[in-house]
Amino acid sequence: MATRHQKTLARLMVAPSVLLLLGWMIVPLAMTLWFSFQSYNLLSPGMEQFIGWTNYKYFLSDPAFWTAMQNTLLLVGGVLVITVGGGILLALLLDQPMFGQGIVRILVIAPFFIMPTVSALVWKNMFMNPVNGLFAWLAKAVGAQPIDFLAQYPLMSIILIVAWQWLPFATLILLTALQSLDSEQMEAAEMDGASALSKFIHLILPHLSRAITVVILIETIFLLSVFAEILVTTNGGPGYQSTNLTYLVFSQALLQFDVGGASAGGIIAVILANIVAIFLMRMIGKTLE
Amino acid sequence: MGSITLQQVRKAFGDVEVIPGVDLEIHDGEFVVFVGPSGCGKSTLLRLIAGLEDVTSGQILIDGQDVTQAAPAKRKLAMVFQSYALYPHMSVRKNIAFPLKMAGMAADEQERRVQHAAGILNLTDYLDRRPGQLSGGQRQRVAIGRAIVREPSAFLFDEPLSNLDAALRVNMRVEISELHKKLATTMIYVTHDQVEAMTMADKIVVLRAGLVEQVGSPLELYRTPRNRFVAGFIGSPNMNFIEGEAAARLGAHAIGVRPEHFAMSTSEGQFAGTVGVAEHLGSDTFLHVDLDGGTHIVARAAGEFPVHHGDRIYLTPQDGRVYRFDQQGLAL
Repeated sequence: MATRHQKTLARLMVAPSVLLLLGWMIVPLAMTLWFSFQSYNLLSPGMEQFIGWTNYKYFLSDPAFWTAMQNTLLLVGGVLVITVGGGILLALLLDQPMFGQGIVRILVIAPFFIMPTVSALVWKNMFMNPVNGLFAWLAKAVGAQPIDFLAQYPLMSIILIVAWQWLPFATLILLTALQSLDSEQMEAAEMDGASALSKFIHLILPHLSRAITVVILIETIFLLSVFAEILVTTNGGPGYQSTNLTYLVFSQALLQFDVGGASAGGIIAVILANIVAIFLMRMIGKTLE
Repeated sequence: MGSITLQQVRKAFGDVEVIPGVDLEIHDGEFVVFVGPSGCGKSTLLRLIAGLEDVTSGQILIDGQDVTQAAPAKRKLAMVFQSYALYPHMSVRKNIAFPLKMAGMAADEQERRVQHAAGILNLTDYLDRRPGQLSGGQRQRVAIGRAIVREPSAFLFDEPLSNLDAALRVNMRVEISELHKKLATTMIYVTHDQVEAMTMADKIVVLRAGLVEQVGSPLELYRTPRNRFVAGFIGSPNMNFIEGEAAARLGAHAIGVRPEHFAMSTSEGQFAGTVGVAEHLGSDTFLHVDLDGGTHIVARAAGEFPVHHGDRIYLTPQDGRVYRFDQQGLAL
């Protein structure tokens, strides 16, 4: 039991790190807030002035904003569906005893260690390229017209690339969760006459629910800010077809040099992320009881 | 109906032979206990009967039908696991109803059977709780409930009481025995605790290293153990073995006397020794005695017996209660 004296001391001791972390967070946030109310364009230096909510009005009424919102949600949702679904299937497969289990598991985890830019470029140039890519070669081999993935289905292609990166993470988490399933429970279900499918629905899936929530939470946080994959493949195009919120803020700041507008976009992104976070926390709270 | 016959059942994991060949006959309605030290293959034998392990060779017959290759669910057996193996995210009601749901039974029939089982096991008030909110004994009852509703031809229990504390274990022991009287269904019960075996069984199967050492009623095993292993395993505290001259005089390699079959005296008797630890329980007195020959012996006196550490004591085995064993440990 800590005495009151010890508690005060403990608070005093952690104070520096708390203050440092608080400052680390508050300073950039405050500066972004400050810029978001300024007319601040790098092309017209020295003309900064306070313009109230104008930046927000412009950003929200930009037709690209709603497209970007939609793309962000599609990107996050699409990747989540693929990684959670595929992760469960892969985890079930990898949980089976087989020859070379250790090596196979390392191979499965490998994509997670590749930098986003590198993997996106590999996909772009070696798989999805309509002339030299593997998919084009496959299409030609069966006499079909090669598909120019990044031009015809830009968002779907990016979802595919990002999902490939995150599948190992989901698989890993779900596999460890699967391994903690009590084998006697499975045997009891077998004695109870449960088929493989009902064992999956009634035992495995509820057992995995907690791990699935964790995967969704962590992935959502990172997927809301996907950027590198878009920059090196489609540059947000064609048009705005593969622009997400992060990329829109980037293009506002560094392609149109409108720091004020980009800051307003950044603040909107922060607010949206927090709304998502609240929903996710509620969801987790329910699963964890 | 629930008679089970094992014919030359053998089980090997790779090169390791766990069960070298067991023949066993279990009659309908019997309460059979498999007992033996850990690693003797009793749980494996139970899992072979349940169908959770494949038989390497031999046959298993249930009610005369060969089920050696049948899936566990097709054998009409219900099993209660050591860890209870309840489904943690389902309520007690859903846990108990799960096998019925899997069998595709109508909802109202499911509910009727669940209520019936809950009534037998005093679980009616807990039907909407999750297993995590129950005590160990209640979880145990839910596991039994899940077995009862299927109305199986036999129940299999795999060390069901080993996770309970001592007091609860005694209660559950009585409850399971009463359940057996009520349902009159065949039960096979695995335990390493010979007290559980003695108190519950109609028939005890003593196993060692995968081999059946002896089969018989509790008192048969107590009175006429076939060998030294069974003699030492059945009875609490264990039987005392005395080798050497005293045994040779009776024409045996070793003689065995149960702690409760000694007459004690502080003045004269067949064996002389010094009292080590004396456990005075009131109803009984257990004396740990070091005989002059060097043998350590435990003796039990009914009621109080006023001796203490370091006292001299004389022990005389009762007539007809001395077991004789040969070099190989077989009873003579």
